[in-house]
Amino acid sequence: MMEQLEILKKLTSLDGVSGDEGAVRDYIISLVRDHVDDYYVDNMGNLITYKKGSGSGLKVMLDAHMDEVGLMVTKINSDGLLKFQTIGGIESRVLVGKRVRVGEKGVPGVIGFKPIHLQSKNERSGAVDKKNLTIDIGAKDKEQAEGMVEIGDRVAFEYDPVEFGDNKLMAKALDDRVGCAVLIELLKHDYECDIYGCFTVQEEVGLKGAKTAAFQVNPDIAIVLEGTTCYDVPDTKEHSMSTICGKGPALTIMDRSVITDRELVTHIVKVAEKNGIPYQFKKTISGGTNAGRIQVSGTGVKVAVIAVPCRYIHTPVSVMDISDFENMLKLAKKVLESLPVSMTLYREQGGIENV
Amino acid sequence: MFDIIKKLAQTFGPSGNEKKVAEVITGLIKDKVDDVKTDALGNLICVKKGAGKKIMLAAHMDEIGLIVSHIDEKGFLRFSNVGGVHPWGIVGKRVVFENGTTGIVWYEEDKDDIKNLKFDKMYIDIMAKSAQEAEKVVKVGDMAVFAGDTILQNGRVISKALDDRIGCAVLVQMALNAPETDNEIYYVFTTQEEVGLRGARTAAYGIVPDMALAVDVCMTGDIPNCKPMAVRMGDGPTVKIKDGSVISHPHVKDRLMDAAEKNGIPYQLEVMQHGGTDAGSIHVTAGGIPSGGVSIPSRYVHNVAEAVDMNDVENAVKLLEAFVK
Repeated sequence: MMEQLEILKKLTSLDGVSGDEGAVRDYIISLVRDHVDDYYVDNMGNLITYKKGSGSGLKVMLDAHMDEVGLMVTKINSDGLLKFQTIGGIESRVLVGKRVRVGEKGVPGVIGFKPIHLQSKNERSGAVDKKNLTIDIGAKDKEQAEGMVEIGDRVAFEYDPVEFGDNKLMAKALDDRVGCAVLIELLKHDYECDIYGCFTVQEEVGLKGAKTAAFQVNPDIAIVLEGTTCYDVPDTKEHSMSTICGKGPALTIMDRSVITDRELVTHIVKVAEKNGIPYQFKKTISGGTNAGRIQVSGTGVKVAVIAVPCRYIHTPVSVMDISDFENMLKLAKKVLESLPVSMTLYREQGGIENV
Repeated sequence: MFDIIKKLAQTFGPSGNEKKVAEVITGLIKDKVDDVKTDALGNLICVKKGAGKKIMLAAHMDEIGLIVSHIDEKGFLRFSNVGGVHPWGIVGKRVVFENGTTGIVWYEEDKDDIKNLKFDKMYIDIMAKSAQEAEKVVKVGDMAVFAGDTILQNGRVISKALDDRIGCAVLVQMALNAPETDNEIYYVFTTQEEVGLRGARTAAYGIVPDMALAVDVCMTGDIPNCKPMAVRMGDGPTVKIKDGSVISHPHVKDRLMDAAEKNGIPYQLEVMQHGGTDAGSIHVTAGGIPSGGVSIPSRYVHNVAEAVDMNDVENAVKLLEAFVK
């Protein structure tokens, strides 16, 4: 387990804001190249790996997205401060006072804010507008800033992974480096089905990479490995908690992008129960995942989502329970080892059984 | 034909759980078509073979409903919506699960004005006395649909789920009539329309027809103080010009209008501002598919009880039969 956790920590320390996933991809390639039969990077930047199975012929796509939410430099002010745009869903309130890394060189910066002493009463109580925020990279003027960064540079949060408390990990980009870490581990084992391990790009800006990846792979079944919303902190009513940290990997029945395949989800539940692996259902139908795009690709794909609950997702730092990660690894592996070929029999049989 | 409508409308089938509807349809028409198959999304695709053009007729099997998100310790069910459901429109209504478990929808009464009601302040009461008792019959993730009879009154049907079991009934009736044509007819009963026109996309990709029609319901403009729309219940099925998801292909639209006029079938032109149909995802599938739609004008769409006129239903069958000739 230590090895998988160390890989996850390393993955979260790399920067891969949507559209700029190269560093994450290179690291993943270095880890999986010796465990797969073939791999390539497609036009969008998806890393598609192939691992031939020992016989069932079932084509299974495993998806984890490499990109994370972050910022992009849009303008360099005359005073050397950087204007920016958010990439993916980030609220302005969580940006204030955060340390960031800008561009490929990782130029250090901070999202500055007027100190409390100088704020008016209105400024103290009002909402933060991201239009008024800038990144300070310590440059004395525009000319010097231009020598350090470029417009279009991605900006990632600076946050080293830390193990803390009761078996918890806090890190940036757990959404979805945790899925990447699970997929990397899954590729190290052998299965009967053919595995297409897809590390996809640009999920956070509209589920884009998975669309082209699924089109190329044309799978029978797809399992999306994710980090999902979790809000189990005080003052939340139990029915409003989407998932609970530490209660096992979460399965999606429905979200804004997908209604998952009932037969496949039922199979996953059976596998979990048979092997005594804890699991939970995600209770809210908010958010979307790559499953939404993969499901409607080609003539359709049976999809499921397995996710690690992550508190404070889409902020500079999120928190997960390490046991959820371990259980997700176990569950996904057992599911792959036991996928029944009958799941795609509808293709040959035609019609509905037992009419 | 009313019997077919009633049977289809009363069958359980919220989005993603359309299997029972597919089974009923298969049972009704499997002897009248050459091939029956389902795809990964559960679409039911029935083919009447022919040497001519491939024509896809799509009606969606799924209906709106609710999905259980949480069961509290007292046995009350929290839920979210499946498809377009108004929170205030379902207060006090009956819902039923696939296994027949019935519940009443209510809300936390100490909350503010009912027009601001949100789903997370609402619950379903299935008369369970504890979470344990509730969990014997309902699990998180189970879906429920609205309950209500299907009745015929003054030549008009009142029922739950007419969106779009009425379209399914039209295609079933047409398949049973087996109109003579050289064209290859794909009767496609799609899934997950109410949550984003999903099933029709993969069905169309598998078929790549020469043209396609969505057979669905459309709103009307003939009830007191409603939003203006030049469609009246009883004045004939509509030829779709546009809805929120598609602008009909001119050739398809003209062919429908020609078929209606040559055969003396009443029709209306449909310009629907909001709401989409399967044509929205079909027409942008593969290299593009000329698509349009025929709709049954329906009052109170997406409510617990919806209504259609039997004349419009029967004329829709006639119009589609003339179209595919």
